[in-house]
Amino acid sequence: MRKLLLLILFVSVTLVTYAGGYRVSVQGQRAMAMGHTGVAVVNSAELVFFNPAGLVYLENKLNVSVGVSGIFTDVIFQNEDLGISAETDNSIGTPLNIYASYMVNDWMALGLGVYTPYGSEVTWPTDWAGSQLVNNIDLSSIYIQPVVSFKLSEYFSIGGGPIFVVGNVEFNRNAGRTTTDINGNRSNVTIEDSGVTNWGWSVGAMFNPTENFHVGFSYRSEIIIESEDGEATFSNFPNSPNAPQNGTDGFVAELPLPAELTVGLSYEYKKWLFAFDYNRQYWDVYESLDINFNNPRNPDSSNPRNYKNSSVYRFGVQYQATEKIALRAGYYRDETPVQPGFFAPETPRNDSDGFSGGLSFAVTPKLAIDASFFYLRFEEVDASYDFGTNPTTGAREPFGGTYKSSAFAPGIGLTYKM
Amino acid sequence: MIKNNIKYLAILALGLIACEPEFDNPIDESGIYKSGEADFSNFIALGNSLTAGFADGALYITGQENSFPNILSKQFSLAGGGEFTQPLMADNVGGFAGATEAFPPRLVLAFGEDGSPSPERFTGSSPSTDFSSLGASFSNMGVPGAKSYHLVAEGYGNPAGLQVSPPASNPYFVRFASSANATVLGDAVAQNPTFFTLWIGNNDILSYATSGGVGMDHNITGELNPMNYGPNDITNNMTFAGVYSQLVNGLIANGSKGVLLNLPSVTSLPFFTTVPFAPLSPLNQDFAEQIPALNQTFAGLNAAFTALGVPERAIQFSTTSASPVVIKDESLVDITANLTTAITPAFGPLAPIIAAQYGQARQATAEDLLVLTSSGIIGQPDTDRVTELINLGVPAELAGQLSVKGVSLPLEDQFVLIPAEQTAIENARTAYNATISALAAANGLALYDVASDLNQAANGGIPYNGGIVTSQFVTGGGFSLDGVHPTPRAHAIVTNGIIGAVESTYGASLPSVNPADFGTITVSNEVN
Repeated sequence: MRKLLLLILFVSVTLVTYAGGYRVSVQGQRAMAMGHTGVAVVNSAELVFFNPAGLVYLENKLNVSVGVSGIFTDVIFQNEDLGISAETDNSIGTPLNIYASYMVNDWMALGLGVYTPYGSEVTWPTDWAGSQLVNNIDLSSIYIQPVVSFKLSEYFSIGGGPIFVVGNVEFNRNAGRTTTDINGNRSNVTIEDSGVTNWGWSVGAMFNPTENFHVGFSYRSEIIIESEDGEATFSNFPNSPNAPQNGTDGFVAELPLPAELTVGLSYEYKKWLFAFDYNRQYWDVYESLDINFNNPRNPDSSNPRNYKNSSVYRFGVQYQATEKIALRAGYYRDETPVQPGFFAPETPRNDSDGFSGGLSFAVTPKLAIDASFFYLRFEEVDASYDFGTNPTTGAREPFGGTYKSSAFAPGIGLTYKM
Repeated sequence: MIKNNIKYLAILALGLIACEPEFDNPIDESGIYKSGEADFSNFIALGNSLTAGFADGALYITGQENSFPNILSKQFSLAGGGEFTQPLMADNVGGFAGATEAFPPRLVLAFGEDGSPSPERFTGSSPSTDFSSLGASFSNMGVPGAKSYHLVAEGYGNPAGLQVSPPASNPYFVRFASSANATVLGDAVAQNPTFFTLWIGNNDILSYATSGGVGMDHNITGELNPMNYGPNDITNNMTFAGVYSQLVNGLIANGSKGVLLNLPSVTSLPFFTTVPFAPLSPLNQDFAEQIPALNQTFAGLNAAFTALGVPERAIQFSTTSASPVVIKDESLVDITANLTTAITPAFGPLAPIIAAQYGQARQATAEDLLVLTSSGIIGQPDTDRVTELINLGVPAELAGQLSVKGVSLPLEDQFVLIPAEQTAIENARTAYNATISALAAANGLALYDVASDLNQAANGGIPYNGGIVTSQFVTGGGFSLDGVHPTPRAHAIVTNGIIGAVESTYGASLPSVNPADFGTITVSNEVN
């Protein structure tokens, strides 16, 4: 089993996730089918992510859940005043998650999770109207987390563990709206770094007032991805001492993966399970994306983000249709952390409504196939990013228009119990 | 079971499609933008270098791509516009291969070791465009250098005309003329345009202006026949009106609609406003050291000017503030003879030589416009003049002193537009613009008062979302490095102006462009 886990982990190093902010809620097939609720749902090893405290209440000694989703995202942009439009051409994201838990004794469980809660891949047409802000961006992070869970009583448990993060980034954009070389090719900069690591942690608690009623709490710490050994590539700059030098340079940049607090409850009534989660995401840590190049000739880049903390409200329901089949559905309302005037096309995210559904089919009493799907519906939004920097004058220039995004993700997984 | 599966797959596929985002009012669906009474399906642009996209002293591909007709055609394409073709040059160097004397490469902004910027000819690669024909029927028929009457001149695109000196034809039109005897107007009409822009007449005054007024003003000579015009002359107003009317009538003959653009003042152009009339600063150490000696030399002359009743011609350099350059004003009475007599006691046998040098000299005033090309020569010694003076018997040291351009050697006519020349230009421009307005009104054509916008650029600037465009040379964003031709950003502003005129005249509804998305000048140190 361990070998398999490692294999999957290393084969899937190119974990890519989807557009629309860079928090990606696809951390479990069963949870996703229920609006990504789970902090108070005692159901599978997905609890490693949702609430490690709950692992001790799982019925089986060994629980394994693996899943993968295919995320199809699309963002369209237009500006009616200027008659311009663009559409992203994002590749299909395939976030993966692997969870396992093991009951050591009746008061302690150990678990391990590999999941990808943050990531973003947005590919606009090269040199599109907003190319001074982004041509393409590809962020990914892999969280690897061992957890331990203690049952303090039938009513209360706690859990948690350290998180090891591996992050990758690739980001290309044009240097200003108009800078070109002598042949009119747009000057651009790519920054690339991979295998950036850091540590974080999560803790959880679960309270069971009755056998059918769970209340959960979990908190995942903020983790800052600090890129210091990456490579920046300057291309198509004019051959002038007053322009950046074509070629490579080093850079320093930081990207925060914000902390997340979740509280929620679940209630089981006959064949029904109802769940509600509230997420608070501490995005205010993302004040600015600053890229500082080593060569003093290459101007540093400051990109105010000024995100605010945001909330997500999640509702899920499960119905045990037959002994073998469980049906699930969910809804969530996801508030954007992006404030007016800071809507950058690299994270074109506004408020959205998520609709999800899915089912589990028990092939054997031990093995179940889980399927899920969700559709994230964004309102059409007129928005702008008012803090683009003119490389010549240093003045802030706005860029905006109408955006509309969508994300659609079918997923499949396996749950194994022994 | 299989049937059901197929059904579910079909539903799933539909679901995937339904998940594609779509705007409530997508701009690419018809209805938002309208052509009104106009028909943009076959748009032809007629004119000169401004229409062609000439910039930085050359015609090159990116300049052509950013020409206002090309930008406009992209906006038109959202309201029924068709393909817009241009006789693209072969490279982004500009100029013609093997003819770089007359058609040099583009200017780029180079930085010296001390960080000081200066426009220089690009030498990173050589011009690769030749005079060979690309075939006819291009949408952009702007011909750099063309005056109004050239658009109706047969043979203006005759390759044979390039073999004679001076050339009898224009290489830019040679590249896309339909035949040796073709006219620009004829080739335009043959394409059956449904819509056109016409911006012509600039060179009818501009070549006179940029050459410092060395040509003739045919509003004074009364010459009506352009066959008798020199390259730097001002076209007679009646001649212009006749040609312009012929152009408009030709273009509208098959019912085409269009926009006429009027002619901006030369004082809008940095070519005439960049070099100050008083550039001689005592802060310049070399110059400051010479001021006492210069003033002593000129004291004798100034006394003679006073004695001859022209004290206003006195030449004096200030030690505390910048002084005006010394110019030759050909409108002044030539006092060489009297001056010779007056200064003979002081200068002896050299008097006639010195008197000749200052017979029509004076210091410039704020009313004079120095052309951009004077900036490189003011304060420089004229070695030819030194040799000439030495051959006339002037001692070498004095010959050197008398040969500093704009200081002791008056700047020649070609570097200065004196008020009389400016008046000649402005009178012609006013008459041309009256013709253009009248013909627009008479034929129901749209008129874009580009003169007014360029005047605003020169007086305060034109704001846009994210900045301001002014006529300031190099830094203003409005003019390319030749000081005459617009930058892509200024072409964008002109495009918006045309769109405004088209909308109000024809009831069209078109998207504008954001000037911030268009560049200005290009920096490069690939210069010699």
